Amino acid sequence: MIKAILIFNNHGKPRLIRFYQYFAEDMQQQIIRETFHLVSKRDDNVCNFLEGIYFTLIYRHYATLYFVFCVDSSESELGILDLIQVFVETLDKCFENVCELDLIFHMDKVHYILQEVVMGGMVLETNMNEIVAQVELQNRMEKSEGGLSGAPARAVSAVKNMNLPEIPRNINIGDINIKVPSLSPF
Amino acid sequence: MALKIVKGSIDRMFDKNLQDLVRGIRNHKEDEAKYISTCIDEIKQELKQDNIAVKANAVCKLTYLQMLGYDVSWAAFNIVEVMSSSKFTYKRIGYLAASQCFHEGTDVIMLTTNQIRKDLSSPNQYDTGVALTGLSCFVTPDLARDLANDIMTLMSHTKPYIRKKAVLIMYKVFLKYPESLRPAFPRLKEKLEDPDPGVQSAAVNVICELARRNPKNYLSLAPLFFKLMTSSTNNWVLIKIIKLFGALTPLEPRLGKKLIEPLTNLIHSTSAMSLLYECVNTVIAVLISLSSGMPNHSASIQLCVQKLRILIEDSDQNLKYLGLLAMSKILKTHPKSVQSHKDLILQCLDDKDESIRLRALDLLYGMVSKKNLMEIVKKLMLHVDKAEGTTYRDELLTKIIDICSQSNYQYITNFEWYISILVELTRLEGTRHGHLIASQMLDVAIRVKAIRGFAVAQMATLLDNAHLLTGNTQRNGICEVLYAAAWICGEFSEHLEDPMQTLEAMLRPKVATLPGHIQAVYVQNAAKLFATVLQKHEGETDSQAAQETSQLLIDRLPLFVQSANLEVQERASCILQLVKYIQKLQQKNVEVAEEVTALFAGELNPVAPKAQKKVPIPEGLDLDAWINEPPSESESEDEKPKVVFAKEEPKHYRSRHTEVDEKELARRREVRKQEQANNPFYIKASPSSQKVYDAPGVEHIPVVQIDLSVPLKVPGMPMSDQYLKLEEERRQKEKAERKKKEKKKKREKRGKGRKADSGPESEEDITPAHQVDIVTEEMPENALPSDDDDKDPNDPHKALDIDLDKPLADSEKLPVRTHRPEVLKSPAEDRDSKSVPQETKKKSSKEKKEKKKDKEKDRKRSKEEKKKKKKHKEVEEELLESQPEEAVQSEETKEAAAPPTSTSAEEVTAPSSAAAVDTSSAAAPESEPDEPKDTEPEDTKSSKHKKKKQKKEKEEKEKKKKKRHHHHHHHGDAGGEDSVQNGTVEEEEPLPPMSNYSLLAENSYIKMVYDIQGNHQDESKVVVSVIFENKSDSFLKSMEFNVLDSLNSKLQRPEGAGPHDGLTVPFQLPPGVSNEARFVFSVQSIVMPQKLKGTLTFIVKSDESSTHEKLDFKLHFTCTSYLITTPCYSDAYAKLLESGDLKGSSLRLEGINMPFHHLLARICFHHHFSVVERIDSCASMYSRSIQGHHVCLLVKTSDQTVSIDAKCDEPSLLGNVLDEIKQTFSKC
Repeated sequence: MIKAILIFNNHGKPRLIRFYQYFAEDMQQQIIRETFHLVSKRDDNVCNFLEGIYFTLIYRHYATLYFVFCVDSSESELGILDLIQVFVETLDKCFENVCELDLIFHMDKVHYILQEVVMGGMVLETNMNEIVAQVELQNRMEKSEGGLSGAPARAVSAVKNMNLPEIPRNINIGDINIKVPSLSPF
Repeated sequence: MALKIVKGSIDRMFDKNLQDLVRGIRNHKEDEAKYISTCIDEIKQELKQDNIAVKANAVCKLTYLQMLGYDVSWAAFNIVEVMSSSKFTYKRIGYLAASQCFHEGTDVIMLTTNQIRKDLSSPNQYDTGVALTGLSCFVTPDLARDLANDIMTLMSHTKPYIRKKAVLIMYKVFLKYPESLRPAFPRLKEKLEDPDPGVQSAAVNVICELARRNPKNYLSLAPLFFKLMTSSTNNWVLIKIIKLFGALTPLEPRLGKKLIEPLTNLIHSTSAMSLLYECVNTVIAVLISLSSGMPNHSASIQLCVQKLRILIEDSDQNLKYLGLLAMSKILKTHPKSVQSHKDLILQCLDDKDESIRLRALDLLYGMVSKKNLMEIVKKLMLHVDKAEGTTYRDELLTKIIDICSQSNYQYITNFEWYISILVELTRLEGTRHGHLIASQMLDVAIRVKAIRGFAVAQMATLLDNAHLLTGNTQRNGICEVLYAAAWICGEFSEHLEDPMQTLEAMLRPKVATLPGHIQAVYVQNAAKLFATVLQKHEGETDSQAAQETSQLLIDRLPLFVQSANLEVQERASCILQLVKYIQKLQQKNVEVAEEVTALFAGELNPVAPKAQKKVPIPEGLDLDAWINEPPSESESEDEKPKVVFAKEEPKHYRSRHTEVDEKELARRREVRKQEQANNPFYIKASPSSQKVYDAPGVEHIPVVQIDLSVPLKVPGMPMSDQYLKLEEERRQKEKAERKKKEKKKKREKRGKGRKADSGPESEEDITPAHQVDIVTEEMPENALPSDDDDKDPNDPHKALDIDLDKPLADSEKLPVRTHRPEVLKSPAEDRDSKSVPQETKKKSSKEKKEKKKDKEKDRKRSKEEKKKKKKHKEVEEELLESQPEEAVQSEETKEAAAPPTSTSAEEVTAPSSAAAVDTSSAAAPESEPDEPKDTEPEDTKSSKHKKKKQKKEKEEKEKKKKKRHHHHHHHGDAGGEDSVQNGTVEEEEPLPPMSNYSLLAENSYIKMVYDIQGNHQDESKVVVSVIFENKSDSFLKSMEFNVLDSLNSKLQRPEGAGPHDGLTVPFQLPPGVSNEARFVFSVQSIVMPQKLKGTLTFIVKSDESSTHEKLDFKLHFTCTSYLITTPCYSDAYAKLLESGDLKGSSLRLEGINMPFHHLLARICFHHHFSVVERIDSCASMYSRSIQGHHVCLLVKTSDQTVSIDAKCDEPSLLGNVLDEIKQTFSKC
């Protein structure tokens, strides 16, 4: 079982949290902090597993973001690493060159994508094309209903043109491919 | 103008979507908290709007804030509103928010049942999908029970997208509602062979997750999985299956044998590392399970170890890590095959990655042998020196100690070496593990008698150089070792070469800076040393030395007498006086040494950690029996003493020691000895040590001469290394000697044929440097065999330990939505009745029986507790306990909203389906005190069954009684909860039971009670729930319910029925049973109460005859019944009152002497109001009619007078409602 999925940036700011086991909000924040503390002090060239306080942590670090999956012993470590890769590649496809800003401003969309990958702590789908297809069909449905307010598009363009010094722009993680040697595609 | 402003503000609020919120937060870096709190205020405003789009937007923003750590549970109701939107866009937002912040404690979850059910059966697959995804995150036991059947249906949905989600969510449903596992399992199994790979994978996933916790129940699936494993090409599925096999093989070794071959093939063929790794893991598990059975598996082991070596040598840190992890599993059973890769593992100790180093350390623990222990520890010591960062160094330190001390120092051949290692470790600065080293020193010195002399010498040096250790005592844990050093020097002072010097070292003024407990040991052991010194100098003609010692003590001890530490002070002052007295005697030349030594005579033996626990209870000792007869009055206080003491314990104990007679004890002892003899890791007591119990004699322990020619310190080289060298030399020498002998033998045997060359030195060949006798830890006589810890009783998976191979019983079907509503069923009872089928099951399997008992006990206990609580009037707790149920009660309208009632064809079924779900309606009928409980025809079977059982089993009877108690509680709760629900009451008296059901009609055959509820969704409909109770001994059937319609109110009849046709009641009534049916009426005007005449016709069927009977009744539609409990926020309420559209009226009630909160609860309960605000003895209340009239009340009370000021936009409605309120209170 996957117990939680956390995405936070290099400064520990959460970008998406998804707990599959109930924790109160303050506990959630504490877990994020502790996880960040554990993960952030590790070099990029060390292994991607570590024993956290509550669960085993399997994570990947892409540019400015950490993707951390908290799992128990029933999950295959390498499998989950691959799943993170699938998830990130899916994000990349759905957002067209995903960067941290996309996650910041579209947390809901990221959730919807994640919902097609993992459900209730169990792996739902690992085929990227299938995931993307389902996400797009749902987005189309939303569009046909007129969307939430039509505003998102405006907001995004506004934000993208904004000057945000602390966030490096045009981070493209799509082509940063962390290699898992000879791992056949699932 | 005002409108414009409002519109403008709405636009602005509408404009601020999630992106704007995020941007705003980013622009307010300095005062983020303040900014967010204004945003939350805005969101609160938005949530009050009627526009669902605005609400959805607000909920979406809340989801973001939740991520930042803000508690958004206050908006739970709004989230439910957004969830129930018909638009996918909003629904998705709602479900997302719910999945992020709902949990079992969220009370509004109760309201979602119908909505979720509707979404699950939606024609749009994404509605269903979103609902399933959301539900997977917040499913509760109630939701699981109510929706299990719907989800099971979805498992056979045409769309694979839905199927796979439905399959996955079943796991969560099983966890929350274990009874669903058996009925759903066949279909789940079916899905293992689903044509869609995604569904298949999901099914494998779920079954693996289930099997992992209770593997034995899934063994029968092994062939199916085996087939899947050999046929599937999906690596995800393969990994899961292979992991599952890893869990199954320990239970079924035959399976393991079969697995080896395909797994080895996979290992050879696959290119996916993840799969390879899992295969290796499972092969290891298989081999572990086979370790005794199959001799010829060395090839597989070799293969695994080889593959793992490749992993460990890989440059990818992940593979390295996992390789080490898997290696440690092999190590447990096949240490030798791992030991050959020692080089590789030692290499990993140099890795830059700490996780890898730690894994390697773990491995080392299992890799040591007598042969390599010294070498490995030497390596580790090097790392200790190199290690930067205290955490890793401390880890190393503990590992060194673990490695050396494992299985009773099994691998240590030279304890001198070990002591010197410990002494070396004391040089670590800033370690936290001083106490660990200290306890090792103590342990070794006490248990290895041969080493005492050496240890004492080392400790004396330590004490002498204490200043090196105590550099800064405050943050230095290492000074703990001085505690051990002082104690060892004192206790075994006979081994000291120069006790005088040590004594001097122990009494240095610097000692006073040590922590108190260490000082205390110093003082005490100084006295021991003193005794030794005296003894030494006794008999000498020149008593100068002895007297000097006394003087030393007398000079130095006062420092300790002044100590702030009580323990130190006390000991020091005591010893000081003693020494002073001795000095006096010495001056008179009296021989005192013997007496002083006698103070510290006697040997301390180590005691096993569990010894205390294992002392058997002496025969005839009953800890639960009364020592004196209890005072008589407590007997009358029924059961009380029993509750105070743990209930089942006494029986347990009594039965235990009646069994345990002498013979049995002797037998057990024998068995234990046998066990120990076969256990290679158990250090056997030497024949003499048996006697340690009777006499503290130590003569028979061979004390070995220790070769003290070894220099204690070699300059430039830590001394433990010295031992390493010496050891090697020694071994070499031994080997050479052995070879010589062998050569001799060979020469002798040459004629008989060549013997194979003796291979590498084997473990047994290494003889310890000196014969060491390790004192075993003492155990009490007759100690009982080991007691294993039970599984965690709170493990949710325990409930899922269910036999899946048995055919399904009828009673096991999942609860299905039917026309017959589930009357009178609280969740607790439901569990009870469900336990009946389980009972029949349990006969076959013992474990289950036990578990069941446990469950029963638990349940009983909880009931008893409840009872107690009740007695103690801890109302609060009870209120909390059942609050969620009640929440629905008042929000019932919400639930009723769900069923689709758009076409007239559906109209009849609609209310009944609402009834089916509406478990809360149970609360009301429950308050009919004399009503039998199991009224549901579906359940009659099982309830009959139950009755039979009860006759047989007394216990069961008891249970039922208790159940009834429990039941009554519920009434109390029902009222009490109400008051909490409506907002205000804290610690006040419990409310009397309340019911809205009033008598409709009654004759000798049948009794009808009814309640009328407004239908929230349709402004012209009300639902009349009628409970029919059969009072006769005959069977009642063909009941027909008919009403004479008026112009204003009409009974809703099915399509095609004439306007005067009756409605058939959808059930029959066996004697003594009651059941509920619901009828929908359409109403036009609701401002006036009215009465409708009606008739119930039915056939009474007894054994010999059947008669047609009829009962007339009058249905009274009060204005109250058109009101719907609707929550209202206080500001909205204020606005409403200010608007001036409402007309007022008032009412005074005299002579009401009930607590104010009872009064409010009554109004809430009987007249469907909710409390908006309550301040002391004043409360504002709100309700809404089905046609949208607002009704506001202001209730005030002052001694027995209650005044109600009311406002409503429909004066006649208000007047009638007030009349009805008046009536309610005039009745009581």
